[in-house]
Amino acid sequence: MSEYDYLKVQLAMGKMNRREFIGRASALGASSTLVTSMLASSYALAADTPVKGGTLRLGLGGGSTTDSLELGSYNDSVMIDASHSICNGLVEWGQDGKPIPDLAESLEPKNGAATWVLKLRKGVKFHNGKEFDADDAIYSLNLHRGEGSKSGGASQLKPIKDVKKINANEIEITLDSGDVDFPYALTDYHILMVPNGHKDWSTLIGTGAYSLVKFEPGVRISLKKNPGYYKAGRGHVDAVEITVINDASARLNALISGQVDAINRTDPKSVSKLQASPKFKIVRATSGYFVDMAATTDKAPFNNPDLLLALKHAMNREQMLKTLFAGYGAIGNDHPIPQTDPYFNKELPQLKHDPDLAKFHFKKAGLTDPKIVLQASDAAFNGAVDMASLLQSDCDKAGFKMDVKKEPADGWWSNVWLKAPFVTSYWGGRAAATQMLAVAYQRGAAWNESHWSNDKFEKLLVDARSEANEEKRKAYIWEMQALLRDKSGALIPAFRDWLDAHNEKVGGMAPHGGFDMGNGLVAEKVWLKG
Amino acid sequence: MLKLIAQRLGLGLLTLLAASVLIFIGTEILPGDLASAILQNTATPESLAALRSQLGLDRPPTVRFFEWLLGALRGDFGHSLANGQDVISELLPRLKNTIFLASYAAVVSVPIAVIVGLLAAIRQGKIFDRTANLVTLMTISVPEYFLAYILIKFLAVDYAVFPSLANVTPESTLLDRLNLTFLPMLTLVLVVVAHMMRMTRASVLSIMASPYIEMAFLKGLPKWRVVVQHAFPNALAPIINVIALNLAYLIVGVVVVEAVFVYPGLGQLMVDAVSKHDVPVVQACGLIFAAAFILLNMTADILAIMSNPRLRHPR
Repeated sequence: MSEYDYLKVQLAMGKMNRREFIGRASALGASSTLVTSMLASSYALAADTPVKGGTLRLGLGGGSTTDSLELGSYNDSVMIDASHSICNGLVEWGQDGKPIPDLAESLEPKNGAATWVLKLRKGVKFHNGKEFDADDAIYSLNLHRGEGSKSGGASQLKPIKDVKKINANEIEITLDSGDVDFPYALTDYHILMVPNGHKDWSTLIGTGAYSLVKFEPGVRISLKKNPGYYKAGRGHVDAVEITVINDASARLNALISGQVDAINRTDPKSVSKLQASPKFKIVRATSGYFVDMAATTDKAPFNNPDLLLALKHAMNREQMLKTLFAGYGAIGNDHPIPQTDPYFNKELPQLKHDPDLAKFHFKKAGLTDPKIVLQASDAAFNGAVDMASLLQSDCDKAGFKMDVKKEPADGWWSNVWLKAPFVTSYWGGRAAATQMLAVAYQRGAAWNESHWSNDKFEKLLVDARSEANEEKRKAYIWEMQALLRDKSGALIPAFRDWLDAHNEKVGGMAPHGGFDMGNGLVAEKVWLKG
Repeated sequence: MLKLIAQRLGLGLLTLLAASVLIFIGTEILPGDLASAILQNTATPESLAALRSQLGLDRPPTVRFFEWLLGALRGDFGHSLANGQDVISELLPRLKNTIFLASYAAVVSVPIAVIVGLLAAIRQGKIFDRTANLVTLMTISVPEYFLAYILIKFLAVDYAVFPSLANVTPESTLLDRLNLTFLPMLTLVLVVVAHMMRMTRASVLSIMASPYIEMAFLKGLPKWRVVVQHAFPNALAPIINVIALNLAYLIVGVVVVEAVFVYPGLGQLMVDAVSKHDVPVVQACGLIFAAAFILLNMTADILAIMSNPRLRHPR
């Protein structure tokens, strides 16, 4: 998607007003007549009314024959997209990055945001006919809680001390400390609502726009419309066919030859070719997904702040963005908050690639032979080894030595990550800035991969989570980003854009800052033009 | 003859047992385990331990192996550790798909390979022989995914003659299946034809050098009759062997083609299972692959013996 298209979508979605649009489009060099015609076409986009019916065929990467319907086991696109078609969460992660009440009609903070009262939507029915109530909500939340939970969503709900039923349509959640961003935790893709006592994970029952017809792990998932779906203006098609296509070229071929209507994770090299054809559209979504190299700051040699600064300045971020994501993304500033986040620190100067400055800091660090070894594996993400080699040659240019040790993909996450002193890694974005900061940087957090431990940061994080005043919150979160930029051991060269593509028949597909395919809501939101 | 078959079958069973031990040891040596493969970077020490004890991975490997073996002897191959589905019910549809594609490719490739090989032998050194050699050498020299992409480019994208996705379902009709799997079949045919065709040509030509062929020529037979009637039957044994090897390849070695055409066969299942350390599925796939190899080789041996009168009637 070109920047114009992006602006048009923003305008159509109401994320930008008309004046802003004209201003930004003109800044890009569009003439006034062009801007006027673009305006007309974007209003046409918005006016493009949903059509009912048809079978939506999705070709998705990110599935495996070992996939399971069990909520806690999801870790990739296919299961996320399927489960979000079948189930709803308590809170939806909206297109604008803000939480939208879903099965929870309202969320009321009490006690300095340490207690939350959730009013549940009445009259919503599961696919099996049962009405959704407080017991279902409590059961579904508890799937990810408690000793022995093996859910990938467990860390999000760890701050919950207790979940109590008030009445059939109200529950009360007690946290261990105040957190105004708690609703964001409930947008986690594992945390979906199933009927009380649901244990048979050979099937999945939810309240969603579609019900499960057939599940063949790693092959296909068939869904059919839930005629009684409660959300107006969602769930337009009659049936959804998800075909798992993990090979990027095969996915693209399937789209071009018309065997599927939409695909995720388009090969960046093919984007310009697809754009040239009027039959296809690219949906480019700026996301919170970033890649990083994490050095443990509590152990030598990385406890030396000057060595970290040397690495930060040696790294050529532009080149990494180009090599890893063909330029479809944004440069990182060694903090995990993406530009799309409302709390992104706009005034923080960007770390620059400066071999001389890197040389200076390396000298100042005063280490004769620090033996820097970056352990890398493509298990972290496809291209992690390339990223490591790039940093290696950047360090060479800055006049110091760094070695890359390639590790087998097997066992990477359990044997190397969080254990070795300097590793490649990646993070999917979190809905709230404070969540991201807590999950990867809070002292004692299970996944604090850089062993970041900073008193000032800890205080700021706790304050930001319990502070309701927007201005103060912003100041706290901005300062945390500055701290990480200057001192953190997690080097973040780049954020990546999601590149979805669809054919001309599909309407209503729009970028989302979360996961690809509209954060899994593709089937719920799109329609097929006649 | 019966005694020979029984002997071979017995040896085959022993080989299967040895193979299953090797596969189990192999998956045990690999770093990491199923729990860490499932949870990846969402793992915490507690969730890892919980998942391990739920999957029974905290018990010693020997106990797990013999449990599996006892089950397998009773026909119970257990449940996939990753998604809890019954291994047999997960495997069967894919096994059917694999065998379907392999047979489709075999039915097309074997006659082509043998006939072209014979023709090349008859017209040795002529333009037909050279072209056949060149073309088959080319198709065997490029990697199979490259062949597959070329076929997709021309036959699915530029001219939409055949579908690029071979996403058959259990409900597909035979005609649907033949159409959907046409491109993967063609890819496999191009890959295996060369080997079989060249072996046919070479073994026929080596027989052509023997004195009795000269005799046949001397008594005035045309060349095609000498080749088809006199040389070919005596060249059968090595041809049968190479065909068997290629058929085995069609069953066990097509994972790349499966990935490119998104064909739900056994290869992809096994690769996914290995990368997740899903031992019951790996074991079952491994056994099927080993059995396919053993059975095909045994059949080739028996057919080779039957094609040779000296071995058929030992003195």
